[in-house]
Amino acid sequence: MSSALAERPTETPLTAGDLQTHRSWRTTKSHLMVGLMFVAFLVILVPLVAVIGTVVTRGAGVVFRDFPDWFTSEIPVRRRAVGPGMGPAVVGTLLITLFASLLAIPLGILGAVYLHEYGGQSRPAQVIRFLSNVMTGVPSIVMGLFVYVVFTINFGLAGVGGSLALACLMLPVVIRSTEEMLRLVPTHLREASYALGTRKGRTIVSIVLPSALPGVVSGCLLAIARAAGETAPLLFTIGFVTKVNTNLFDGPNTTLSYQIFKNASETLPGPQERGWGAAFTLVAITFLFTVIARLVTASYQKRR
Amino acid sequence: MTDISTHSLDSPPDLRGSGGKADGAFRGTSYVAGGAVLLVLGLITYTMISRSTDALSHMGLDFFASKRWNPPGEQYGILSYIWGTVFTAFIALCISVPLSLGIALFITQVAPSWLKKTMTYVIDLLAVVPSVVFGLWGVLVLSQNIKGFYGWLSDTFDGIPILGTFFGANPQGRSFFTAGIILAVMITPIVVSLSREVIETTPSFEKEAALALGATRWEMIRGAVLPHSKGGLVGAVMLGLGRAMGETIAVALVIGSATGQITLNALASGNSMPAVITAEWGEADTLKKSALIAMAMTLFVLTIIVNVIATSVVNRSMKKSRGA
Repeated sequence: MSSALAERPTETPLTAGDLQTHRSWRTTKSHLMVGLMFVAFLVILVPLVAVIGTVVTRGAGVVFRDFPDWFTSEIPVRRRAVGPGMGPAVVGTLLITLFASLLAIPLGILGAVYLHEYGGQSRPAQVIRFLSNVMTGVPSIVMGLFVYVVFTINFGLAGVGGSLALACLMLPVVIRSTEEMLRLVPTHLREASYALGTRKGRTIVSIVLPSALPGVVSGCLLAIARAAGETAPLLFTIGFVTKVNTNLFDGPNTTLSYQIFKNASETLPGPQERGWGAAFTLVAITFLFTVIARLVTASYQKRR
Repeated sequence: MTDISTHSLDSPPDLRGSGGKADGAFRGTSYVAGGAVLLVLGLITYTMISRSTDALSHMGLDFFASKRWNPPGEQYGILSYIWGTVFTAFIALCISVPLSLGIALFITQVAPSWLKKTMTYVIDLLAVVPSVVFGLWGVLVLSQNIKGFYGWLSDTFDGIPILGTFFGANPQGRSFFTAGIILAVMITPIVVSLSREVIETTPSFEKEAALALGATRWEMIRGAVLPHSKGGLVGAVMLGLGRAMGETIAVALVIGSATGQITLNALASGNSMPAVITAEWGEADTLKKSALIAMAMTLFVLTIIVNVIATSVVNRSMKKSRGA
């Protein structure tokens, strides 16, 4: 552009039109790149729509055809059998995830309290913060084997083993999201509380955590949603049953994710149908948690 | 009474009221909770090492250097599985990085705020779909329907260097490439959200300066946004890489479970470390279990290295851009 301008005799002033023609290729290029960016978004929509579309079209029918039975009857013992039954897996998924949450959420929130309220920028806090970031990247299958070695070998296959593995996966996620939320709590709230003579622990429990609560809740719900869909850590820890087992501490258990995995490697229509049905149920559960998390965040933002 | 003025504000003055014990207990509990991360990571490292020594001492360095995986003959070489893990993750990055960057730039620099929200929401939906569901779709739908396309790729690029090797002969529905596609879809939301965070740290005055000089939107992105967030974007991509390497279930279902495959042909079947562990754990004897745990440890170490580098890169670039 500059060379073109330099060649022009100096006495003729530039008109707006001249600048326009010089710019045209650059503008076109800019539009082109922005267009490509939007195309990238459309490209990623394809698998999303395809996956959710297939799960709904092939799974919803299976679930609603045998509506109450799907959730109540046992899993057929003969794998090739056609027909409903994911009751034990639904119960297993809910119980195992619930217990994992009971372990990971309080620990994670307290860990975040340590990091943000007590540790701050001190050396140990920085190390723990760094390691918990690293821990989010530990493959879930490694967590599964870890729990197998420290728990399952000694106590046998049980739902609680699955909960332990899921809790290990959730812990760093909860810590991270909670710390983000604690960071948003204005310092003057803490100072006001200190000024009234409140001790630090009391301030955290009754001032800091409540004002960060909606964000913390929404972060935890997202962690739960992710944990409910995990499969790899459960392969070594919970075993397999076809009947409902409500006791996490005794005997093997099963989950929706495990059932999907098993049925995905089958070639017959019966188990494949159950696979899609289980996928629909699992996706519905995880979406439900995600939507609730969104609503919590939204209501909080509105209140502000 | 203590002199309040000498206290820094982040530790409150102790006015000697009641509840000192509870306060100490709460503080202690939170310290313990913080230590839980250390405990879990330490225990993982310890158990992985102690349980894998059998296989490692049985195989020596051949464990990593040999591609012969023959459990009945007690030969455990994992080289082809390491290759599978790295290769599928590489394919996933090749697909996901341009897409994620494009999406992140569009969301942060172009989209009006209503569209921004919708797009973020849609991308986050991808992260909510469990990996086993991607696997189910991959094995029952994608790998069945993509064979024709693979055949076309293989025929078209036959004889052309590089591309001909990459899209080689005898394409399979369940292959490195199918696994790569599924992984790409799965890591895109993570890479997008991290890239967005990084890109958003670009100071607006730099962008405005570029625009004021007459730069088009794309020139502004190239001249101001990208140079500023380069480091962080590298970190974001590496975190995606770590995820892709550790992903288990979806890959196990679509990679085709072929042993000994070290090839650049992306359309061939292969296997990856987590997929092998998943598939062969059930009937494994003690030595094989040890070998599988040693494989998991290899995976653990690989992902930890990638994650440590990625996290430090992201941290450094965030710190730099915050000016702290």
